[in-house]
Amino acid sequence: MATSAKALDALAAVCGDVRPGEPEEGVLGVEPALVAAPSSVDEAAGVMRVAAALGLAVVPRGGETRLDWGAPPARCDLLVDTRRLDALLEHTSGDLVVSAQAGMPMERLAEVLAERGQRLALDVPLPGSTVGGTIATAAAGPLRTLYGTPRNLVIGLTIVRADGQVARSGGKVVKNVAGYDLGRLFCGSFGTLGLIVEATFRLHPVPAARAWVTRDVDGPKQAYEAVQAVLHSPVAASAVEYIGPGKVAVLLEGVPDGLSLRARTTAGLLGGDAEIGGDPPAGWGRYPDGTTLIDVTAPPTALPDLLATAGTAVTWNGDGHGHVGLPAGSPPDVAVRLLGALRDVLGAHRGGAVVRYAPEDVREAVDAWGPVPALALMRRVKDQFDPDHRLSPGRFVGGIR
Amino acid sequence: MRMLSELEDGEGMDSVLRTLARDLDVLLGGDRVITDPVRLRTYECDGLTNHRATPGIVVLPDSAEQVAGVVRECVRAGVPYVARGSGTGLSGGALPRTDGVLIVTSRMRRILEIDIPNQRAVVEPGVINLDVTRAVRADGYYFAPDPSSQQICSVGGNVAENSGGAHCLKYGFTAHHVLACEVVTPDGEIVELAADGPGYDLLGVFVGAEGTLGITTKITVRLTRVPQTVQTLLAAFESIEAGGRAVSAIIGAGVVPAAIEMMDALSIEAAEAAVNCAYPPGAGAVLIVELDGPEPEVAAQFADVERLCRDAGAFEIRIAADDAERALIWKGRKSAFAAVGRISPAYIVQDGVIPRTALPQVLARIDALSAESGVRVANVFHAGDGNLHPLVLFDDAEPGAAERAEEVSGAILDLCIEHGGSITGEHGVGVDKARYMPRMFTEADLDTMQMVRCGFDPGGLCNPGKVFPTPRLCGEVPGVRKGPHPFEGKADLF
Repeated sequence: MATSAKALDALAAVCGDVRPGEPEEGVLGVEPALVAAPSSVDEAAGVMRVAAALGLAVVPRGGETRLDWGAPPARCDLLVDTRRLDALLEHTSGDLVVSAQAGMPMERLAEVLAERGQRLALDVPLPGSTVGGTIATAAAGPLRTLYGTPRNLVIGLTIVRADGQVARSGGKVVKNVAGYDLGRLFCGSFGTLGLIVEATFRLHPVPAARAWVTRDVDGPKQAYEAVQAVLHSPVAASAVEYIGPGKVAVLLEGVPDGLSLRARTTAGLLGGDAEIGGDPPAGWGRYPDGTTLIDVTAPPTALPDLLATAGTAVTWNGDGHGHVGLPAGSPPDVAVRLLGALRDVLGAHRGGAVVRYAPEDVREAVDAWGPVPALALMRRVKDQFDPDHRLSPGRFVGGIR
Repeated sequence: MRMLSELEDGEGMDSVLRTLARDLDVLLGGDRVITDPVRLRTYECDGLTNHRATPGIVVLPDSAEQVAGVVRECVRAGVPYVARGSGTGLSGGALPRTDGVLIVTSRMRRILEIDIPNQRAVVEPGVINLDVTRAVRADGYYFAPDPSSQQICSVGGNVAENSGGAHCLKYGFTAHHVLACEVVTPDGEIVELAADGPGYDLLGVFVGAEGTLGITTKITVRLTRVPQTVQTLLAAFESIEAGGRAVSAIIGAGVVPAAIEMMDALSIEAAEAAVNCAYPPGAGAVLIVELDGPEPEVAAQFADVERLCRDAGAFEIRIAADDAERALIWKGRKSAFAAVGRISPAYIVQDGVIPRTALPQVLARIDALSAESGVRVANVFHAGDGNLHPLVLFDDAEPGAAERAEEVSGAILDLCIEHGGSITGEHGVGVDKARYMPRMFTEADLDTMQMVRCGFDPGGLCNPGKVFPTPRLCGEVPGVRKGPHPFEGKADLF
């Protein structure tokens, strides 16, 4: 690797905002030697070319809401900050499509879209997160029940490769099967395959009316029955959530005329003292409290086992996906045991558990990713995109470099 | 490993295939290896019949282990292989190799598991799309992807092509309805790719890769709740422009219909000739709009749709009172492709996509193209998502007519690209459109996509020659790697 001063000069020649890293900018404690904030795709490509030429290990950074997810990078010579790459490129409302640069905050995008009665149907569990970070971490919230995760909504992606080459896949039409869908591949790739610089999404109309129907449940069995009643009914819920310690909440969206009847039907299906309201219940769309966050894949029939194993700091979505929190100060062996127990019970349902973030002592004690099917194939794909192992090395599954 | 180029030259090909056929016969047993030339001929094309190649060998495995065994034998012999489901594809994606093996999944037709509480089913790749729905309909569920060929196409083929259908406007494509695939990789390993597992979303790129990344042997599909109600109307307009205005108004009003389909005068004429669909006489365009969902929701929106159609100039609106009437409305649309056979000796079915808002300009340009060339074009489209299926008509007995039709068909794709669209919305690239890929993507784009292929299939034996116009040499490593870098002492280059 070249000296920092030389690298800084070379980067400054291609990018208007380059500086040495600060100690507080460490990625899980790994301090970046340099930080570059390109303001255009050209600048981003220039930065990546320089990084390639100088052999710099690169970690992308968006809104810093999930920079503490995953494992610390094995090296971090250069943090590529996308905050200046934040333009709205095109919103063709008649086509229900929007293109934005990676650094655009999700909330700002939502505001722009709402002006024309549209939305990107992805929740933002962590305020301040960006378009690029949302894709890189495959982040989603309650709406995933109906709309899925970023993989379902990204229709075009522009990336800068490890060698600085700009590449696009997909396009700006929703229906398109020309070529490989790299958009889906990059969802949840944690900055290890390339730098995401622009994305195009399909949009949906903002519903005219919304209602939440909630019911307090007593124990895993009741939670399961309430969830099953709604999932198999034709009320067409936008979201079905379990929110620990004991609430099932259903989001309905649509036209005002239809909504009240659907809400009453849903209340009947949930049973108990189900309530209908115009505001989300406490905890809606947030990760459970704690300093350790475990992401679980748990199909609907796994819900009782999940709740029986995980305790109270749990949220779960009808899409078969949830989160478990562990309080600050939990001893590492408690985390190890919980993770093992979750993998045991969820494995029987073809589910699994992955640690997203944790304090250092817990992180060092656990196997964060658990078993990863097809890991060898993943390594081969990674080697193609990043033959020199410079993109977020060590951050992702199996310590992939 | 034997080089592909050697096989293409024909040198020693027969003996290689002969030996391979014997090995495969030992491996599979029974009547699972076909080498008889007459029987091989029945596999020479898929739904796109103008591309034909008689496969060297056809195998009919009945398990993942057998598929993996066949792939390993092919790799050992350096012979290319192609997977085929029902052979209904429209881009030649399952076009066999004369120097290779065609792996047909028609004996893998078991529905392995139906899991209603988890809203999913596990099926083998040869299972027919509609059979999934038939198996779960009584439980109130169905398999949402509905390509026109759903009565005969296979789920494995749907996975390869990321199939859509008329209703993908609301419900999405196959990629959104597949939760996991068991895959035989190009090196003969059996792996599980899942949408929600740890690590890369390899499933996301596998679905729609047109069989170039491996062969799926088991598919976990998502089942969708049958909607409480379905409402369908047919609206007749004097012109395509008026119909287009109605589409824009419906989408602009925040309605997400299950389907919006449009047909122009020529395709209506063909449908009338073929199936007597009795669409309103004198219509320059008909629009079919279908809404589904909870009753109160659909009732409110359906009234809006009807009003918006009238406002846009619909001179007649028919509302289906029941399933039989709904079937009647759909009959003309569903028969449209085959029906043009009634008004033209031959035709090309094109598949292009444009942003919905570009519909009027693009249709005007297609009209102009048709007028200039004297080649008739009938238009059928999934109007809601801008997916055009122009049917380019010609007389194959007339010298030069096929070439002229091909030219118009290609010019339509150029129009799609020019307006920011795509060269294929649902039929795939296959062999048919590989040459158009460089018009839509740069060399770097295609090169990057092929990095995935090199990761999966460095030997390049898995369905080679499809999707990409020129293969990437997988030994090539992109970018600056070793040796002195270009900055050495001259950073001022930047």
